[in-house]
Amino acid sequence: MPQIIVANLVKHFTVAEGGFLRRQSRTVKALDGISLAIEPGEVVGYIGPNGAGKSTTVKILSGILVPDSGTVTVSGRIPWRERQAHVARIGVVFGQRSQLWWDLPVAESFMLLREIYAVPEKQHAETQAELVEKLDIGSFLTTPVRQLSLGQRMRCELAASLLHRPEILFLDEPTIGLDAISKLAVREFIGRLAREQGVTVLLTTHDMDDIEALCSRVLVIGGGKILLDGPLEALRQQVTKERWLVIETHGQPPLPPPGGGVEILKVEGERITLRFDPEKTPVAELIAQLSKSIPIRDLFVQNPPIEEIIARFYGTRP
Amino acid sequence: MRAYTAIFIARLKMLLQYRAAAWAGAGTQLFFGAALVAMRQAFYHSGHAIPPLPEAQMVTYSWLTQAFFALSPFTANPDPEVRAMMRDGTVAYELARPLDLYTLWFTRNAANRVAPTILRSLPIFVIGMAFLGMQPPPSLAAFFAFLPALAGAVGLVAAWCTLITISLLWTISGDGIARITPGLVAVLSGQILPLALMPDSLKPLLNFLPFTGMVDAPFSLWVGSRDASELSGILLHQLAWTMFFVLIGRLLLAKGLRRLVVHGG
Repeated sequence: MPQIIVANLVKHFTVAEGGFLRRQSRTVKALDGISLAIEPGEVVGYIGPNGAGKSTTVKILSGILVPDSGTVTVSGRIPWRERQAHVARIGVVFGQRSQLWWDLPVAESFMLLREIYAVPEKQHAETQAELVEKLDIGSFLTTPVRQLSLGQRMRCELAASLLHRPEILFLDEPTIGLDAISKLAVREFIGRLAREQGVTVLLTTHDMDDIEALCSRVLVIGGGKILLDGPLEALRQQVTKERWLVIETHGQPPLPPPGGGVEILKVEGERITLRFDPEKTPVAELIAQLSKSIPIRDLFVQNPPIEEIIARFYGTRP
Repeated sequence: MRAYTAIFIARLKMLLQYRAAAWAGAGTQLFFGAALVAMRQAFYHSGHAIPPLPEAQMVTYSWLTQAFFALSPFTANPDPEVRAMMRDGTVAYELARPLDLYTLWFTRNAANRVAPTILRSLPIFVIGMAFLGMQPPPSLAAFFAFLPALAGAVGLVAAWCTLITISLLWTISGDGIARITPGLVAVLSGQILPLALMPDSLKPLLNFLPFTGMVDAPFSLWVGSRDASELSGILLHQLAWTMFFVLIGRLLLAKGLRRLVVHGG
């Protein structure tokens, strides 16, 4: 039995378009009949360009917005109808906004959240100690939120969203604006949370490394519709079967003549990236061919980066 | 209930940090109070008719309006935080809490009125009583009638401010309502002029409207221009209007949330 069931979800927005005496507006379909199901414990990446409807979906699932039509049940509840009961069991992080009290030290925000979610004192102390340790936020618990760096704040936001031990975590761009180290810390934490505690995670992001590191399944949305729902690998397969071959050479030899579906993507000093279709040119054959004409020091075959896949995925659609 | 109490106390604590603002506020109130009292006394001394409110009571009343200035909804922007949240979309987080949104906003509005009042009123009471002609209530009965009426005023003011806050769901900026309501409330509540000094023909209307319960009613009990025996009527009037504002507020909020849209991520 899926934990999250969404069927035919539709939401319109009215966008004002000026007008002098009479107000003019235009209706935008943010969601145009979305259906999906998520099992408990799944980590699902929800991707799509800006304005595709990602955040709108998350906000409907978390009980904040009311859709125009369609049905949603999360753990058997209709989010916007039983909002209070629903949100008591979920955690949310909107990467671009803060849920901590700006003027209060982090620890006091946590205390307030304990009261708001009516968490028993003992359980709260345990959960907080665990989160403080895993997210490494102990050293600035008494600092007012306004004085934290973005990376520190985001780790505190994550802790805040998990203090009441939710079954489901909705993360809307949790790594936006973070540096590489903070991103890694946040990612590792989310991964462990899903593996060790079976929390269901729905993650929207523009950072494809987030998806690659965390999500067994991706939902691709565009124009208010779900364009693809499946494992990351399925998305790759659907868009392109090509592989990239990266070669490191000695010196800068003349480049091999392209042909047989092989194409040179870029040359960076001694590093050459080639694109090829393994069905037309088997990788062994390509390497044998190349090693005749250039001195190869090292080589490896890789999948095209996920950004490339997504960009091409949208490119092939009308 | 514990959650709302915790939020109330947290906000109170936070607002009590702004001590410089409180001192500045008290200074402003003392200055304006002095000017107001002097002006009113000039009117009292130049006219021949006997004013409906004795001079000593008028002076005390004037200082009370200054001491409790932060309580009266003279402000156009009762909850700047909600307004900011409406603008940047953080209001989404308010809905992601297992709390009743109306009660939450009511709680915050109550804290927003009470905290600055605590800070500002004390120096004015001290200086006013010592040097500026402010007088204690004529009897203990008057004082003990004043206290519940003041509590009733806090409830009424908070319900009214919450209603204005909810109207932001439609207007977002709130500037229009912000410019209309404070002036109206200031005049009709007795903040600008004790209602006893208003024309008799207006009094039935003023007594019916909710605003008298915010300022004039409790202060009249303090100065003794209304007798302590009128307390039950005053409390009923405050309670009825408070319930009315709560009801309207809840209806509007339920309606507004159905059409809520959070743009931009």
